[in-house]
Amino acid sequence: MRIIISNSSEDPIYEQIVKQIKSQIINGELQEQESLPSIRKLAGELGISVITTKRAYEELEKEGFIDTVGGKGSFVASQNREFLREKKMKVVEEKLSQAVDEARTLDIGVKDLKEMLTILYREEE
Amino acid sequence: MEYILEITSLRKEYDNFTLKDVSFKLPYGYIMGLIGPNGAGKTTIIKLIMNLIRKKNGSIGVFGMDNIENEIDIKSRIGFVYDIPPFYDHLNLNQNKAVVAQFYKEWDEDLFRNYVNDFQLDLKARFKTLSRGMKMKFQLAMALSHNADLILLDEPTSGLDPVFRRELLDLFSRLIQDEKKSILFSTHITSDLERIADFVTFIKEGEIVFSDEKDSVLESWGVVKGGNELLEKEAASMFRGIKKHAYGFEALVSDVREAKRNFSKNVTIEKPTLEDIMFFMTSNNGGKHD
Repeated sequence: MRIIISNSSEDPIYEQIVKQIKSQIINGELQEQESLPSIRKLAGELGISVITTKRAYEELEKEGFIDTVGGKGSFVASQNREFLREKKMKVVEEKLSQAVDEARTLDIGVKDLKEMLTILYREEE
Repeated sequence: MEYILEITSLRKEYDNFTLKDVSFKLPYGYIMGLIGPNGAGKTTIIKLIMNLIRKKNGSIGVFGMDNIENEIDIKSRIGFVYDIPPFYDHLNLNQNKAVVAQFYKEWDEDLFRNYVNDFQLDLKARFKTLSRGMKMKFQLAMALSHNADLILLDEPTSGLDPVFRRELLDLFSRLIQDEKKSILFSTHITSDLERIADFVTFIKEGEIVFSDEKDSVLESWGVVKGGNELLEKEAASMFRGIKKHAYGFEALVSDVREAKRNFSKNVTIEKPTLEDIMFFMTSNNGGKHD
């Protein structure tokens, strides 16, 4: 596991943790059933509040990414492929909607936007 | 939830300062920062917990017991660091230690030696020859070597260089790993709390402004910046503190969402630091009793 906390980020610290663990689960760096550090251990290592890490884990649990077993700690939840694909789609969707917001403020129409997307997509191929 | 420290309607009256019915609670296994300007009453609270001064009213529960009725039991499980170190100037560190250690049943000499090594203290040096930072380190070593469950520290980081301050904060994180110990420390260096504190209690002129989870404080409060024409609006009454200059203003709000609704796109709203909150809330601090 790899977690980098940024002090200059707009995101609250708990959200930074959630995002990073999530993306590591989605791209397979964190495997099913892999155990996560305890809430206190993680807080101690990162030098942040226990309440912050607790909230991050609760959030991950709520979204089905991890399971917490009393007395045993937290683990990466078993994920079915459908679920993972959906989550990955969601990531792309979020990024696209950021682009759409940006386009709107700059008065770029949907047609131009599509064109841009097509060009970018082909370039990468 | 069980509380390691529970303060209820605590009152202390001096001629020129009153601690006004202060209440707050600290659960087992967490770190709380006590912040406020000089003279707000931080030291008074810590002295009252240690029963060094007489309260006027209210109660202080430590480990679920009254702090006066069970004073001896309780104190043997508290590690404290005062702003003025309670040691003999003319004795060396080893002698100072011997004086204090005999009062603790749980004194752990090995642990003490570890801290002495970590902090690079010279046990043969007389206390008075130590720098302010070294004095603080010695106090800390003494406070942490009898398996205390509640650690009370009055301005422990003032006078320490940034390197040791960071190390100290790491040490605090390690101490609460067992979920049983808690730490209450007062400070005006709020950046020390920005990361590690679980709870923050802000006191001003003897009154609690808030005592809450640090994360929720930092999420609900905000700093609003905008042009001076906005100050005419009725919504400006929600400002908890304001600083004007010729070309605009900065103001503190305790409800960021409401501020967004009221001012929408006309202002910039930023996340506050604890220092911002303290600064805006304390525009007029007269040198009162601490």
